[in-house]
Amino acid sequence: MSDQCNPQSCGCGSSRASQDGDGDTQRRQFLKFGFASFAAMAGAVGFHSFEAKAQSKKGDAKGETCGGPTPALSTSGKLIDPITGKEIEKEPHYHSHAGNKAVREGIPNRKWVMVIDLAECDGCEKCTSSCSKAHNTPPERQWIRVFKMSGTAEKKPYWFPKPCFQCDDPPCTRVCPVDATFKRQDGIVLIDNERCIGCRFCMAACPYSTRYFNWGPVKNVVEAGYTPEKSTPRKMGTVEKCDFCPDMLREGKLPHCATACTMGAIMFGDANEDAVTDAKGRTYRLSKLLAEKGGYRYLEELGTKPSVYYLPAKNPTYDPPKIDESEIKEVAMNFGFAKENSNV
Amino acid sequence: MSDLAKKVEHQSIIDMNESFRMDGKGFKLWVGFLLVIILVAMAAYIYQLTSGLRVTGMGNYVSWGMYMTNFVFFIGISHAGTLISAILRVTGAPWRRPITRMAEAITLFALMIGAPMVMIDMGRPDRVWHVFAYGRLNSPILWDILSITTYVSGSLMYLYVALIPDLAIFVDKVKAPWQRKLFQKLSLGYKNTPEQEKILNKALGAMCIVIIPVAISVHTVVSWIFSMTLRPGWHSTIFGPYFVVGAIFSGTAAIITAMIVFRWAYGLKKYLTMVHFKALGKLMIALNALYIYFTVSEYLTIWYGRHEVDHRLMEVITSGIYGKMWFFMWAFCLFLPLALTVWFVMKKTEKYSLTIMMVATILINIGMYIKRYLIIVPTMMTTYIPAEAAGVKISYMPTVIEWSITFGGLAMFMLLYTMFSKIFPIISVFEIIEGIHQEGIEKVGVEA
Repeated sequence: MSDQCNPQSCGCGSSRASQDGDGDTQRRQFLKFGFASFAAMAGAVGFHSFEAKAQSKKGDAKGETCGGPTPALSTSGKLIDPITGKEIEKEPHYHSHAGNKAVREGIPNRKWVMVIDLAECDGCEKCTSSCSKAHNTPPERQWIRVFKMSGTAEKKPYWFPKPCFQCDDPPCTRVCPVDATFKRQDGIVLIDNERCIGCRFCMAACPYSTRYFNWGPVKNVVEAGYTPEKSTPRKMGTVEKCDFCPDMLREGKLPHCATACTMGAIMFGDANEDAVTDAKGRTYRLSKLLAEKGGYRYLEELGTKPSVYYLPAKNPTYDPPKIDESEIKEVAMNFGFAKENSNV
Repeated sequence: MSDLAKKVEHQSIIDMNESFRMDGKGFKLWVGFLLVIILVAMAAYIYQLTSGLRVTGMGNYVSWGMYMTNFVFFIGISHAGTLISAILRVTGAPWRRPITRMAEAITLFALMIGAPMVMIDMGRPDRVWHVFAYGRLNSPILWDILSITTYVSGSLMYLYVALIPDLAIFVDKVKAPWQRKLFQKLSLGYKNTPEQEKILNKALGAMCIVIIPVAISVHTVVSWIFSMTLRPGWHSTIFGPYFVVGAIFSGTAAIITAMIVFRWAYGLKKYLTMVHFKALGKLMIALNALYIYFTVSEYLTIWYGRHEVDHRLMEVITSGIYGKMWFFMWAFCLFLPLALTVWFVMKKTEKYSLTIMMVATILINIGMYIKRYLIIVPTMMTTYIPAEAAGVKISYMPTVIEWSITFGGLAMFMLLYTMFSKIFPIISVFEIIEGIHQEGIEKVGVEA
């Protein structure tokens, strides 16, 4: 993330205005979940204060922000304690046990969004491999999966990376019988694998087929320090999926897929700030970008309100995917990839 | 008591005592056979517990399979009791009387097999308690737990209360001392006095009304597990009533199968006569036609509307192995049983009558199993973004583990039902006697 959209740069209260600008969904969501009072409180709390809270791990955010000194921002973009003059250390290893309030509520005053420019994606799958590496996923599992979209005679084929859409009205969290998967106020949908009972109702409910189940024994690199924000270590018999890397976000970094995208096709940012940044360090105004390039959300008509936007594959900068015509059978107007399920 | 009623009661006590005998060779073989299947299923389940659900054919796309099909199927069978016992009691159909006990028992045992199927399907059965600790009413699974537990306790009570007068009749007539002791305890001092009878009938009258909405809610909520999602083929307003009708249809077919088997195994020709089979046959025709109507409505709207994803779903359902299953269901499980049942009802002679009904009802339940499978699996295969576009080929084929557990569930159901009939009178004697007094022996349909 570049400096101008660095989470630290928005101090107390400064982001309240921008939230009103683009925070329609968020506002509704607050009201819906009865978080209105929390929102008012959170509006006064910057990201840094949360870090302070995470470090001390006690007390409520409000008391700590307004009570303590307001950190200053150095020219190099580091947070400085105005009294001691020392750099405020970022939490090196954010850790919380399941059920931790902060994990369930999310990063205050944020509304994380992803924008994927289909005209830039060349299908290299670096996003997938970097995500898989970071999350130690088994070989076949791809939290962000790149689809070959064929289109029709009128529409050129194109690449379509699909992470979890982190819907603002998620069908998955609604059906969870034990609140193991939940929607946070910063827009992220997470899973607590210490709570999950493995009924897989969320998988059935997700119209985007974005969730994965640990069908058998799992191999973890590290066995300790689980938090839903890291989604690892994974556990047998529980569900997992793309989590928008909240552990990276807490450190002010982009998610792994966005960092790995050499084309700069994956942009990530905060809708409250109305800004998204790509791996090349370019920052765009979200509303302008979506308006100018005709941004859309996939299957928006389902009413799930995804947090992932796509920019259409107009004048692509890459070679379109090659489609083996003999393997596919056109069935409908948009995607022609439904093979006949003759031998399943 | 009239002489006729006395005679029937006397005869039925003899016949029931005969059915309690557990020293028959056939019975031992049957129980042994069932136990072997159950043991295999238990071994399969232990294997699944240790290795995880990867031993099943399920995957990240088809994440529900045979276990969920079993769940819907057995919950469906459980509706037999409600229909025969409650609805027919409310409407005062006299021919229901000898069948009620059998039907109520089916309900209870089918629920006892169906409900745990969800737990077998769970990735973390060790965390079942989370449902009670963290349960949220947003989830249709919670609705299911509420309605099914209500239904289980309701039907257990219903079965038990209707059993009390028979326990009182049989308490000093059964031979085995343990059975005598059991009946003594369970009959709660009931002596068939007119006063007690009045209280009991009042209780049954109230319960049979209460149990009907509970039963309807159960299968409606089961359908809502599917229809509350946005998936093609599931997200449908027809699902609630459709599942309820399907449940009553398959439940009634199951009760007819059970009647024929008990009639043959225990020699109950006098109690289960053509009167009952013809009446149930007429009911089956109506239910069969109703189910065809619902099924046509379901598929025609999906197919005709041509929504892109619905259209792909129809392709999956009508082609390949699912296509074969689908056409088999239409031809041999919906239309053929309908024709057979019509033939049976019109038939003047008794010859082959029950064979025809046996074939028809078993076909119906095979079809109902296929139908539930076709509701679950092809929809899970039909994703909004075809998985093939990511180079993934979705397939689902149940493994030996899933088959074993499924047959184990069926065997357990049959074992519970068999053992019940070995301990308690499978024919409701007191109801028959009551019926002879109130409606006459012809209407009750039993032979003296």
